[in-house]
Formats: sequence, C-alpha cells, structure tokens
Amino acid sequence: MIKQLKNVKWKHFVNYIVVGAALIVFAILRLVGEDVPRSTQFLLQNISIAMILAVSLNLVVGFLGELSLGHAGFMCVGAYLGGKIASLLEATLGNGPLTLLLSLVVGGLCAAVCGVIIGLPALRLKGDYLAIVTLAFGEIVKVIFQNAAPKVFGGTLGLPTPKYSRHELYIYGFALVLITLFVIQNLMRSRHGRAITAIRDNEIAARATGINITKYKLMAFTISAFFAGIAGVLFSYTQSSVQAVKFGYNYSIEILVMVVLGGMGNITGSLISATLITYLNTVLATKLEGDSAVLKDMVYAIILITIIIYRNAPGLKGFREKYNFKNLISKIHTKHHDPAYVKDDEAAWDRVPTKIHMDEILSVDVSVDVSKSTLTPDKPSKED
Amino acid sequence: MDILTTLINGLSQGGVYAMIAIGYTMVYGIAKMLNFAHGDIIMVGGYTLLIFLNMTGNPLIAIAAAIVLCIVLGVVIEKVAYKPLRGASPLAVLITAIGVSYLLQSIAQITQGSNAKMVTFGDMGVLKFGELVIQTKTVVTLISTIVIMVALSIFIKYSKTGRAMIATSEDRAATQLMGINVNKIITITFAIGSALAALAGFFSLLETPQISSTFGAMPGIKAFTAAVIGGIGSIPGAMFGGILLGLIECFTAKVPAIAPYTGAIEFGILIIILLVKPSGILGKKRREKV
Repeated sequence: MIKQLKNVKWKHFVNYIVVGAALIVFAILRLVGEDVPRSTQFLLQNISIAMILAVSLNLVVGFLGELSLGHAGFMCVGAYLGGKIASLLEATLGNGPLTLLLSLVVGGLCAAVCGVIIGLPALRLKGDYLAIVTLAFGEIVKVIFQNAAPKVFGGTLGLPTPKYSRHELYIYGFALVLITLFVIQNLMRSRHGRAITAIRDNEIAARATGINITKYKLMAFTISAFFAGIAGVLFSYTQSSVQAVKFGYNYSIEILVMVVLGGMGNITGSLISATLITYLNTVLATKLEGDSAVLKDMVYAIILITIIIYRNAPGLKGFREKYNFKNLISKIHTKHHDPAYVKDDEAAWDRVPTKIHMDEILSVDVSVDVSKSTLTPDKPSKED
Repeated sequence: MDILTTLINGLSQGGVYAMIAIGYTMVYGIAKMLNFAHGDIIMVGGYTLLIFLNMTGNPLIAIAAAIVLCIVLGVVIEKVAYKPLRGASPLAVLITAIGVSYLLQSIAQITQGSNAKMVTFGDMGVLKFGELVIQTKTVVTLISTIVIMVALSIFIKYSKTGRAMIATSEDRAATQLMGINVNKIITITFAIGSALAALAGFFSLLETPQISSTFGAMPGIKAFTAAVIGGIGSIPGAMFGGILLGLIECFTAKVPAIAPYTGAIEFGILIIILLVKPSGILGKKRREKV
C-alpha cells in the first residue's frame, strides 16, 4: 500500500490538489457563513478567470506550438452570448446556479464553434500567418459585437448582464478551473496530447508517422476556444455590463504574457503566473496611481523578452545546458530514484524531439530502447 | 466630385499604409520575421516629432530628428532582441517581437502619459480645382509617398546594397557565400523600415493630429494586412496592398450602412486572401521545403 503510494507521481496531481484544496476551503467558508471580504472575492474571481484563460491558451501556444492572438476574441464570444442567454433565462429560471451552468455551456459551445471556424484556416496556415489570422479574428469579433444588432447586444453601451449574486462566483470559478485542468491535463497525457506535441516539435515527422494534423490542430483550437468562452461567461458575470472594447488585442497579449512567464507547455506554471500577475495587477492598481501603473507592463515586457531570448537563443545553448536548474535537479534525482532514466548518454535525452520523460510514459506500444537510439535531429529541440 | 475626393483621400491614406507595409514586407522578406514592433516605431516617431516640434518649432528639424531616432531605435531593437534569436523557432521570435511592442507602448505611456496629445503643424489650407476641393496635406502626402516609393524601388533595384537585399531574401546561405555580410544587410533593412515608419508617423499625424501610446498599433496591423494582401516579401506588392487597403477604407467609410464595420471588412479580406491565396496577389508562390 505504502509502496503503491510511493509510486504515484505526485507531480501529475499537484495542480488538482492545490486548486481542489483552495476550492474546498472556499466552499467550507461559504457554508459556515464566513464570507471572505468583497475585495478578496473580486480578486479570487479574477484569478480563476485568468487561470482558465492561461491554461487554455497554453494548449495552443505551449503544446500545439501555434501563436494565437485572438484568445480574447473567443472570450468575447463567450461573454456576449453566454451573458445574453443568462439574461434571457433569468426570467424563467431565476438567478441560480442552473442559469449559470446553462450560460456557461452555451457560451463555451459558441466560442468552440468560432474555434472551429478559426481552426480551419489553421490547417492551411502556420506561424506568423496563423497568428495574424487569429488577431484579425479577435478584432472582427470586437467590431461585430460593438455594432451589430444594438438591440440585442447593446451596441457601444455594452450588454447588460444579469444581476447575479456575486458572493459565490469565485467558488464556481475555482470549480471551473478544476474542470479545465482535468480536461486539458488528461488530454495532454493521452495519446491525443502526445500527437499535439509531436506536431509542435516536427510537423512533417508527425505527419509521416500517421498523425492526422488537421484533426489535432482543430481539436486543440476548439478545446482552447471552448474554455476561453467559459472564462468569458464567468467574466460577464463579474461585470455590470459586457463591453466589447475590453476584449482587444491587448487583453490577448496579457494572457500570452501569463503563458510565457509560466512556461510554454507548463500547466502548473500557467496557474502560478496567472495568480501572480492577477494579484500584482490588482494590488498595484490600487497602490500606484495613473500612468505609473504602466510600470508593471514595462517590467512584464522586459521579463517576457528576457525569458524568450534566454530559453531560445541558439547562441546561449551552451550556457543553458551548463546552468540549467532542471538538469541539476534531475542529476541529483536520477542518482537515487530512477535507474531507468538516462544512464549512459545524458545529453541524448535533450535531443529527443518530443520531450517525454521516462516516468511519463504510461504505455509503450513497441518496445524500443529509446536511450540507445541514435537520434540526431538536424535542428535543436524547441524546449531545451 | 465626392467620389473623386474620396479617391484622392483613399490614395493618400493608402500611401501611408504602403509606406508602413514596405517596412513589414522588407523585414519579413529579409529577416524572415514578423516585426510586431514596427507599428510602435511609428508611435515613437510621432512622439519625437511632437517633442522636437515643441522645442524648435520647425517641422523639418522635427521630421529629421524623428527619422534619426527611429533608425537608431530600429537598429537597436534588431541587435538586442532579434539578432540573438536568429535561427530559433519562429514562435520565439514572434513572441519577442510582441514583447518589444508591449515594451515600447508601456515606455511611451510612462514618459508621455496615457492621454492623447495634439500635434499641430499649422493649417495648410485647401486646393481648388474647379469644383474639386482637396486638402493640401492630402496632396502633400500623396506626392511624397509616390516620390519615396519610386526612390526606394530604384534603390532596391539598382544599388549594390539593394541587390544584396534581394539576394538575401532569395537565399540567405548562398548570399553569405557570395561574400555579402548578411547581418549588415539585415541591419540596413531595419534602418530603412524604421525611417519609413517615422515618415509614416508624420503623414498620419498630418491627417489626424492626435497621438497616444497606441497610435501605431492599428496602422501597424492594417499595414501588415496590406503587406499580406500584396504578397509578403514583395515591395511592389506592399505598395499595391497599401493603396488598395486605403481605398477600401475610405470608400467603405462613405457608406453609412457598413461604415462601422470598416475594420472588420479589412480583416475579413485578410483572412479570405490568406485562405484562398496565402502568397498574396503579387507574391511569388513558395514551396515548403522539407
């Protein structure tokens, strides 16, 4: 029994445990009638929204390796359509959780449909072109909701949202974070997830091994858009009215900053940086006044550039390999625990294009001794 | 007459887009990257203009200062942020460019404030041709952009540096083997692009005399659209795309029913072109190499 527990890879569950614990604490506090202060509730709502956004964007940017600059656009679709459904349902179903649930589903699905629409060009395009198409999509959505059908969506005044009791919203928010984590983490640890990372690492090789590129790209885009839509619905509940202007290019960039700071392809990192950035934004917004509040944006930008250059510059490769925190840790680690992990050629592991550690492989179809493979890819892996 | 006025406005607006689009397209063709910060160099140029205009009162000095500062800025950005990433994944380069754009915007907001500022160059009056009344500044913009584009085309086509640029965009490795310093060519490309961005900033301010930290963002994205429409990497394509986009913008703005959707229409065209003919209208078809 104890031995079995020891074999459980805790790092696979650490996200669930932390978020789940937070959720339970909040729920208990709520049940015993011990309300957290309004300002904290507000902060927690925003953190949960940021977490969902960052994790879902990470699916496209970190795992699929395509840049999406229209994440706020999907969110906008969710916020408007989910918010509209909520205010329509308000009359019949009241303001309860059922309305919230239905509007979340509708908002998420509408955003997912947009994800398919934007994912279709993704099949033809990649890299810069795809980034610009997603950007264009975000702007188009913004313009349409601002101007089309002012009677339905409120035009430039924005869409009035239902007056939901906002005391419990952060609890639902964290429950949704948990659902997002569950779906995306399991997806990434499944066969589909590895297909997605394989496309990122080498699309041509992935196609050669029989991976359906079209299907997986579309899948990643759609799931990412679905959760962005859900975050949008949640966002619409926190606002007194939904304004299309908020979902501009800059918002998409803000989410991207969270993903990059947390580490592309690292879900725990996304959660941490979403929390940290949202917290800092909220705290600094009250502390700093006027234009000096932008100082934080400047710092984010500098950190963003530094991280990307440090992690990707070909000239810094030697430096990275020498002083890599992960390498140092794994060196200490492997000596004691995992004899299967890297015996003879440690550096060969870094050159394996798809980064799967030995302990993450749950099943192997064909038994191949990977550590002895003479893989020499002509370009360096993206992640080292 | 109204149509003619719109046409001239569209051409002059298109000229400004074309000027920015050339910067995008040259950098894309030669350094193989999308310089997201290009739009923000326009903004820096605009602020420099404003500061020097207030200091000296002479628009020509201000323009010169803006051009010089933008060139320096463009080259510094290239050396510090983009050069280390040469050979890295396109995603990393793209995100860095976005980071630079974000950085420039936030610096501008910190130093210049978030409120829009007015920049006035004095009223230039109007020109009258019979019934046709056109703003002088529109004509100035139109003529200047034509001159600049012709000069640039001649430079690219006939000068040694220009031809080295074409060679670099065709095949970087082979160009290097021919003894051309590719790094220098890339630096020159950034310098020319930034100088054009500064000029575009000036002409935009002539048209709408208001500047804020996001002044360059939208024209930048639209000019990129123009570059894609014309076929990215192609300078005549960027000119064509820019003018087409300017005309579309000015004509759709005249129709009340679709005027609010101008932005959506432009981006819609971008998406359609990328879907139907990703290489753009004047671009060469490029085969993906394994």
